[in-house]
Amino acid sequence: MPSPAFDEMTLSDGSVRPAYRKLAEWLAAAPPDLLQYRVKEAELLFRRIGITFAVYGDQQAQERLIPFDIIPRIITADEWATLTKGLVQRVEALNRYISDVYGKREILKAGIVPEDLVFRNEAFRPEMAGKTPPHDLWVHIAGIDVVRVDADTFYVLEDNARTPSGVSYMLENREVMIRLFPELFSQHRVAPVERYADELLATLRSLAPRTSSAEPVVVLLTPGVYNSAYYEHSFLADKLGIELVEGRDLFVRDEVVYMRTTEGPQRVDVIYRRIDDEFLDPLVFRPDSALGVPGLMSAYHAGNVTLTNAIGTGVADDKAIYSYMPEIIRFYLGSEPILKNVPTYRCREPEALSYVLDHLDELVVKEVHGSGGYGMLVGPHASKEQIELFRAKLKASPAGFIAQPTLALSTCPTYVASGVSPRHVDLRPFVLTGSNGVRIVPGGLTRVAMREGSLVVNSSQGGGTKDTWVLDE
Amino acid sequence: MRLTIRHETTYRFETPAASVIQTLRLWPRGHDGQHVVRWRLDVDRNCRLRAAEDAFGNQAHVFAADGPLDEITVLVEGEVDTQDAAGVVNRAAERFPPALYLRETPLTAHDHEISAFAEEVGSSAGGGELAALHGLLDRLHSEMEFAPGQPDGATTAAEAFRVKRGTAQDLTHVFLTAARGLQIPARCVSGYVRREGGEPQDSPHAWAEAYVPDLGWVGFDPTEGVCPTESHVRVAIGLDCLGAAPVRGSRYGGSGETMTMSVLVQDARASRSYRRS
Repeated sequence: MPSPAFDEMTLSDGSVRPAYRKLAEWLAAAPPDLLQYRVKEAELLFRRIGITFAVYGDQQAQERLIPFDIIPRIITADEWATLTKGLVQRVEALNRYISDVYGKREILKAGIVPEDLVFRNEAFRPEMAGKTPPHDLWVHIAGIDVVRVDADTFYVLEDNARTPSGVSYMLENREVMIRLFPELFSQHRVAPVERYADELLATLRSLAPRTSSAEPVVVLLTPGVYNSAYYEHSFLADKLGIELVEGRDLFVRDEVVYMRTTEGPQRVDVIYRRIDDEFLDPLVFRPDSALGVPGLMSAYHAGNVTLTNAIGTGVADDKAIYSYMPEIIRFYLGSEPILKNVPTYRCREPEALSYVLDHLDELVVKEVHGSGGYGMLVGPHASKEQIELFRAKLKASPAGFIAQPTLALSTCPTYVASGVSPRHVDLRPFVLTGSNGVRIVPGGLTRVAMREGSLVVNSSQGGGTKDTWVLDE
Repeated sequence: MRLTIRHETTYRFETPAASVIQTLRLWPRGHDGQHVVRWRLDVDRNCRLRAAEDAFGNQAHVFAADGPLDEITVLVEGEVDTQDAAGVVNRAAERFPPALYLRETPLTAHDHEISAFAEEVGSSAGGGELAALHGLLDRLHSEMEFAPGQPDGATTAAEAFRVKRGTAQDLTHVFLTAARGLQIPARCVSGYVRREGGEPQDSPHAWAEAYVPDLGWVGFDPTEGVCPTESHVRVAIGLDCLGAAPVRGSRYGGSGETMTMSVLVQDARASRSYRRS
């Protein structure tokens, strides 16, 4: 049996960790119906705001609210300082790695990352080889998923370097919490997250190509209303004060991107795109894509427009590449990783595969290219049939999978039907990288597995969210 | 052999298009078996042609033309000196190590039937990549029927293999899928071929190249059933024929689009005497 998970509020001896002391007192004193009332109020607020999330494969509930938990997750200033250092290091390494893989390929020549893991990776975009995006920066917005296993140890679970979502929940959760619990905010010095929009805009502007005007025009490119994250796209465009556009609102003429406006075409310098690589330009990628902009790549290659994130960054956040991150950090930065990596069995290696097949009931097995918690096996919680199904899948294409020990994700008190009870959480902080430095707003998206004992926090799998408080002292 | 080539592509629109934008891969480069004597590219509309090398080392051009356009024609013509090198391609622009060309694409996705076919051909051919590739070339040429015409850009190798029939691009895709199934790096070449008689063709040609450790890249043309000869002119490469496509375009407004191509590939001496007569 794994030892009980580390609880962020209450230690195993029953004592309350200092950062949670006031919250614990408040929770103990709060009458039960007060909490229940606040939960209802929160739901009402979210409905009014209109945050919904379309769940793929769920016909009945096309749009539904992501469960919001009213009990905040608290991170101390010291913990945050360590996290920040680790995140900055990680994202710097990601950028160096991507630049290298599409450039001189030194890490491949050095034999640190196997060549075929890059060249046969679907997310590797040959079209980017030998090209340099403006400022040679690739991952401008990263959502690095971090989990905690004890008082001092954080692991990175996933580097989301493509189009990470969820930041709207970080902002909305805070707004709702301030309305619901002003008394708690007066008792805690919670670092503000509201300036995220300003930081993001400053980052995007700093990335403008050198050929742009002094006041670069930034737009947010969405696949449209049918995308599960459309709400977030419109929310962010609104907060940033930039145009929300679809592919058909843009066009390319002589290697420059323009936006159609009522006052005629307007040049666009930076595109914060929330469309996957393969849909961006039908002349280069999927020819059937109606979401993209024909000719966009020609403007991009000419250096006349910045795409955020750059094309081809998925080559760094693949689950197979993940296992090489400690080596990648050492190779480019010459330093030890500050945030740990979960030990990972690469099933492409025969020894690892046979170990994994022998220990399926203890391990988490993930598809290398999967995301959103689809297509994964959580050994300790899986039925015999599920395990056998995965055994067959693994044997058929071992290179498509990695396996990791089940981590004892930390828990955080969460308000559920039976009252306040510990549930497993992770954390997605958002790391912004512009030409003028790295910015991380103190906070992030805490995701919580609402089902007791569950380790799957993905919103597509019924996970909820919490407000994340970084204490300012 | 000196070949003269003339390739005209015309788009017509029943309702005029407001504008079109296209990427062209219509500019051949030289290698040991091919020297471009002269070449020109012309679009019959007012537009700026922007040249850029793509990631695979192809010389590409992008242009956008504003309408109303009821038709637009892209013309390339030129002369190329070719030598028979038994299909071996030396000193072409190479931008990636062979390992990249093991990647599958949607049009050349792994298929059990093609893999089984490749395994069978490979084992009956005895040892070695080269023997297996020649086996694939012969078998695909004899068992698949060539259907002239434009590739639709959507037929997968698996679909073409099931009906045993397809365009040069389809046959090439089957070859690529089979070769990659044997862990042999392979890629598509788009270009031109001179056929006996020199009749106009309705589409440019396509064939495969596979990487053989001691030889390098070697061409295999499953449509013609040969390794490329001095009758072949190599223009562009890609992971599949869509990636190497001579023309990829998009149109704003308009409707009722039809596209016609006319390709003339002739022995320069023959075509000169023809002109004189």
